[in-house]
Amino acid sequence: MKKSYQSLEDNSINNMKQVIYRNLTLKFLYLGFILIFTFSTSLTAQDGDASNGKALFRANCASCHKLDSRMTGPALRNVEARLAEEENLDRAWLNSWIKNSAGMIKAGDAYAVKIWNEYNKTPMTAFPQLSDQEISDILAYTAEPKPEPVVVDVPEGTNNNTGGASNNLILGALALLFALLAGALVLVNRTLKRFAGDKGIEVPAKEKGTPIWKAFAQNQFLVIVTAIFLLLASAYFVYGFLMQVGMDQGYEPVQPIHYSHRIHAGENGIDCKYCHSSARVSKHSGIPSLNVCMNCHKSIGAVADATQAEGLREYGVDYNAEIQELYEAVGWDAATQQYTGDTKPVKWIRIHNLPDFAYFNHSQHVVVGGIECQTCHGPVEEMEIMYQHAPLTMGWCINCHRETNVKVKDNEYYTKIHEQLSKKYGVEQLTAAQMGGLECGKCHY
Amino acid sequence: MSSNKKYWKSVEELNENSSIVETLKQNEFVEAIPTDEFLGDKATLESSSTTRRDFLKYVGFSTAAASLAACEGPVIKSIPYVNQPTEIIPGVANYYATTIADGYDFASVLVKTREGRPIKIENNTDAATNGVANARVNASVLGLYDNLRVKTPMKVEGETATAISWDTFMSETTSKLNGLNGKAIVVLTGSMPSPSTTKLIADFKSKYGNVSHIAYDAVSVSATLDAYEAKYGTRGMANYDFSKAKTIVSVGADFLGDWQGGGFDSGYSKTRIPSKGKMSRHIQFESNMSLAGANADKRVPLTPSEQKLVLVKLYSEITGNSASGAQLSEGLDLAVKAAAKEIKLAGSNGVVVTGIQDVNAQTVVLEINAYLRSKAFDPKTAIKTRQGSNKAVMQLVADMKAGKVGAIIMNGVNPMYSLPNASDFEEGLAKTELSVAFSMKQDETSTNCQYIAATPHNLESWGDYELKSGHYSMMQPTIRPLFDTKQFQDVLMGWTGKSGSYRDFLKSYWTSNILGGSSFNKAVQDGVFVSGSSSNNGASSSTVETSTTELKDKKDRTFVGGIIHDVAVGVGIKDEDKDEYETTTTSTTVNNVVADRASVLGGGNAARALANSAKSEGMELTLYTKIGMGDGQQANNPWLQEFPDPITRTTWDNYLTVSQADADRLELKNWNVANGGLNGSYVNVTVNGATVENVPVIIQPGQAKGSVGLSFGFGRTSNALKEEMKTGVNAYPLYQNFNSTQNVSIEPVSGEHEFACVQLHNTLMGRGDIIKETNLEIFNSKDKHVWNKVPEVSLNHIETPVTSPDVDLWDEFDRSIGHHFNLSIDLNACTGCGACVIACHAENNVPVVGKTEMRRSRDMHWLRIDRYYSHNESFDGDNKEKDSADGLGLGNYIFGDREGDGSLSTLGRMESPADNPQVAFQPVMCQHCNHAPCETVCPVAATAHGRQGQNHMAYNRCVGTRYCANNCPYKVRRFNWFLYNKNDEFDYYMNDDLGRMVLNPDVTVRSRGVMEKCSMCIQKTQKTILDAKRDGRLVKDGEFQTACSAACGNGAMVFGDINDKESKIAELKEDDRMYHLLESVGTKPNVIYQTKVRNTSKA
Repeated sequence: MKKSYQSLEDNSINNMKQVIYRNLTLKFLYLGFILIFTFSTSLTAQDGDASNGKALFRANCASCHKLDSRMTGPALRNVEARLAEEENLDRAWLNSWIKNSAGMIKAGDAYAVKIWNEYNKTPMTAFPQLSDQEISDILAYTAEPKPEPVVVDVPEGTNNNTGGASNNLILGALALLFALLAGALVLVNRTLKRFAGDKGIEVPAKEKGTPIWKAFAQNQFLVIVTAIFLLLASAYFVYGFLMQVGMDQGYEPVQPIHYSHRIHAGENGIDCKYCHSSARVSKHSGIPSLNVCMNCHKSIGAVADATQAEGLREYGVDYNAEIQELYEAVGWDAATQQYTGDTKPVKWIRIHNLPDFAYFNHSQHVVVGGIECQTCHGPVEEMEIMYQHAPLTMGWCINCHRETNVKVKDNEYYTKIHEQLSKKYGVEQLTAAQMGGLECGKCHY
Repeated sequence: MSSNKKYWKSVEELNENSSIVETLKQNEFVEAIPTDEFLGDKATLESSSTTRRDFLKYVGFSTAAASLAACEGPVIKSIPYVNQPTEIIPGVANYYATTIADGYDFASVLVKTREGRPIKIENNTDAATNGVANARVNASVLGLYDNLRVKTPMKVEGETATAISWDTFMSETTSKLNGLNGKAIVVLTGSMPSPSTTKLIADFKSKYGNVSHIAYDAVSVSATLDAYEAKYGTRGMANYDFSKAKTIVSVGADFLGDWQGGGFDSGYSKTRIPSKGKMSRHIQFESNMSLAGANADKRVPLTPSEQKLVLVKLYSEITGNSASGAQLSEGLDLAVKAAAKEIKLAGSNGVVVTGIQDVNAQTVVLEINAYLRSKAFDPKTAIKTRQGSNKAVMQLVADMKAGKVGAIIMNGVNPMYSLPNASDFEEGLAKTELSVAFSMKQDETSTNCQYIAATPHNLESWGDYELKSGHYSMMQPTIRPLFDTKQFQDVLMGWTGKSGSYRDFLKSYWTSNILGGSSFNKAVQDGVFVSGSSSNNGASSSTVETSTTELKDKKDRTFVGGIIHDVAVGVGIKDEDKDEYETTTTSTTVNNVVADRASVLGGGNAARALANSAKSEGMELTLYTKIGMGDGQQANNPWLQEFPDPITRTTWDNYLTVSQADADRLELKNWNVANGGLNGSYVNVTVNGATVENVPVIIQPGQAKGSVGLSFGFGRTSNALKEEMKTGVNAYPLYQNFNSTQNVSIEPVSGEHEFACVQLHNTLMGRGDIIKETNLEIFNSKDKHVWNKVPEVSLNHIETPVTSPDVDLWDEFDRSIGHHFNLSIDLNACTGCGACVIACHAENNVPVVGKTEMRRSRDMHWLRIDRYYSHNESFDGDNKEKDSADGLGLGNYIFGDREGDGSLSTLGRMESPADNPQVAFQPVMCQHCNHAPCETVCPVAATAHGRQGQNHMAYNRCVGTRYCANNCPYKVRRFNWFLYNKNDEFDYYMNDDLGRMVLNPDVTVRSRGVMEKCSMCIQKTQKTILDAKRDGRLVKDGEFQTACSAACGNGAMVFGDINDKESKIAELKEDDRMYHLLESVGTKPNVIYQTKVRNTSKA
């Protein structure tokens, strides 16, 4: 089930404190690193500007290279030093390689050919536009030492307990207070009675009347009213219970791979229809096939450290492990950057289940109607785990059809029919219902 | 004229006192619900320890338990592709052009696939050649998902067949082939006009030497091929285009059925729709009531031997070249003379066809058509879809018996079932050193061979077929092979040591031999390819030149066999045709080779020989094929088993058709039992000592006296069929010497057969005006109010048509906005072929209910084709007619036409209207009434009206009261009595995972207890609308289609939006012939019918 909103809020307040605290430590750490390494790096990467190099690296190199792990091309951390050490190649070699690798391979340069063969004969894009200075900036960036992995301190019991504890404490204290008060009253009462006894004052004994339940039972009117009330109340609850049978609003199953819509659709802002592309043309929005995932995840083998930390902290999920699960399913060997052909199709659990007799067409709503996916699927970009937002009942469909105007603009199909119908109904804008969207046969056949 | 005719659907209805007809009139569901079955008998009930209270407790508890269990929804998993193919989008259908070719049916088709699985076969409208899929081709997609298919290659040892691998298969068979030491190898295939396969067999021959390729047709047309070969020098069949014919005379040719491979009905229907006051005239001489006979304007029933004489007579009448020996009865003589006169009058617009399997008969017909220079006759483009030779097959069986055959390799044939002398074949098979059957089934033949090579279905294969000379059809796979199968061609390539796949071979063969520079991919995409240079030989092309010769040039019209004389020239050429002739081509060369070849049997000699061969003794049997079953290959297809025969309306059976007179003589009976089911007697049928026992009998109106009919394709026994499909009797043992007509002796035996015949279901309830018809003369000369009268009611003492809003109880709906769908059905163009019935079956997931349920009138067909018999006049007018009889009119009486008004024919006709009835076919589905009676009686509003003219049916809302069915005047609603899917009681195809793959995912699979009916293919109309909306455009005319209208190649069904004033359907709605079914009921249906016009007027 979903976490309750209350606890989430508590959580975030709690975390904010930690974040401030940790950021301070980190800042000191970074400062230290920078202080130490500015000297050491300047020794090898002569005159480069690492910060400019970082920007250039991101713009030009990052699609094929990473600093610390192999991708389409080799890992580039300390590449200059490594080449100088292992292959005895200098900056000039690197310059000419970067500017025209294909030429070097053609020319038969030994190491160039070797590296070309090693990486599946994928030619490296030539970058003749890079100046020597820019190359040295990049190399300066690559020569930066690897930052120490951020230590993530996951608070014990992960989350949402602390707030509850403090409440309990207050409640306990209050309860104790009430108990003390009650005790005091009892004591006072006893003392007063003793005083009265001592003074010889008779405390008149209370007359025992008919017990309240007996009085109630004897009053037929009350009995009938109560009975009717109880019947109505139980009918209300039974009706409510029966109406939610088979209705899975909030259904949030655990999926074989923890896929976060929050990160993909929310933080990264990927369009829903990039992955669910068939929503444009088909009645099914479709679960994306794994090759669609690999469009990006071929080069994204791990999430940013901060994201990883957040995942562990907030959701107890190791995002990087989940990406590895994807690789396993699709048969991708990250080390060699190649498909093994050994695939294990992912058995997702279907969340939105319409019965067989109800026809729904995504392309009708998405393309023709121009409806946002969120209208029915809720704030997907905020969902860490996908759940069923709408009740998906017929009443829900019908209500929307009654309220939603048909998007007729620039659609020749509607021109004539809209003109005629709006005249007939005397409205400016036609709803889907007026267009015939409530007819049984439109959805049931 | 039309409304006072008496129609009947079965002979039973002619019996005024029939209780069964009365019962059926009153009740749609004849039987009470069989409560006894589930309550058990009284004794068991009383001895049971379960009291009523206990029972109620159990019911209460189980209801509570069930509802609690329902709270927890099942977990549904979705598994996407790992790597999705670009052409597949879940939810979107792909279409592939391919060919269905099983040796009997050949058709270029489109295959609809969903998520990669073929689910429906549609017409390839781009294919001009055999472009229309018949009922069997439509149903063949189900054969792909047949659970009894052979799934791996197998080795047969004794009774058991064990699965082996293809490697084992190849190595064992290759070594056996090599070890034959020059003994003969025979490749026996069905008709396989595949150029690339022919090449592969030739290569095989050159590698192994003593190889012969024999084509074998289960139902042979060897005589047709021989006659054509003799005249035109190449093996094939003359092509006919009936759309160019104005007068058609058929002698025993069911050219709307399977004659010459079928596919002639769309051309025929074109001229059957009267336009500008004209339509074609069709005269049929035949013994069995066939589809062609049922559609004929004039039908003359006669025995097979008389057919030969009629043909001879026709020949001499038309050509003037008298052939002696023709001695016909007076009546027939008159009829033939009349027909000949009409043909001569039509001249080149006339055509004569015959189905008599006799070389002489076929030669005579070729001569007549050549003589007529018939425009409909096209010997240039020979039809290649039949290749079998009787002689070669008989020789083969003899050789095998003599042990001369070393190896036999069979592909797509089942001689152990379909050979008349199957036991001889079996004996011979045992003597071969190697026998391999390429088969999809463990059928009669393959289980008797040493190896069963599992072949893929047409939809999983590559192939190429030359359907007509120069017209090629491509076959491409539409799905990966479901099982471990290999094509015949691939194995041939393996045996000859060729590398690569058959597809590569096909491509290279086409590129170098056929395409002539065109793109191979385009040919595959189109599914058809017409070569620019026809691969025809010189002989036939020269004939074409002859047939276009200028008419005036008399001396060049000399014909082979010397038939034509100058006297004859000009006979039957109408003035209006003459001009046409003078403007046609100039070349007049006649190829001498042709002349020489054809003169061997040509003309008069052939006619004389034919006349001499016409001998009859006793009863004559005509063996035929049903449009629903063909030669029996698809006997395990439940759709086809449940398909009602267009003529007898009987399902799940074959039977001996007998005329009423013969039935009376032999004391054979048909009768209906209490539940409306039809029962019949049994007979034994014997030909030359071969007896088929216990053949059920159906009394067929219109069956010629002295003749009987029996269809092929039934009575299969092997394990290739489910128990339920082993229906009927096998007629092949009677098919001696491949002769489709036989002299038989019939011996009644005891017992009664239960038919599943739907003809009495859903009767007319006395409303005869459900069909409107007239004849061409009245149609042309009278106002439409005379022959297409709208019923009237009296409003304030003024006769008002029922269509007027003034007399309607209900307010008119406003349907002027948006789409308003109408379906027009032209009774003239409909031949009753039934392709629409199967197409509807496939599109709408209609369940198969089986024979017993059919018998209880619980058939589920959403679309039925009613067949009505009628006679010229009404019963009401009997007295008037009797009194107005004039003279004796003997001749007219005898030959059975009885159109005259002599008292004999009048009385005879009144006595026995079933002797030669007129037939009308009427497809009926939900009429989608604008004022639908079903809608007003539904207690839960499960059936409701749509703005687009469709009557909606929400199955999830239906509670099964069946009020709607009771209130429907057309009886088109079907009640789901059982859960037909996942139910062992109905183990047809919806009971296994494989069979369910054919289901259309866009249509709900209905459960038990709901009503269902035709939805006017709302899933298709909605899709068309959505496509237009997405593209932001208007819907073009012709885009809207239903499954039935798309399947109809005859133009009988036209579907569209009548608010689109430019559309064809809007035009048809305003047509003079337009009428609604039972207009007087005031339902205002959205299905419209076009009055049937018969060309029976005397010309």
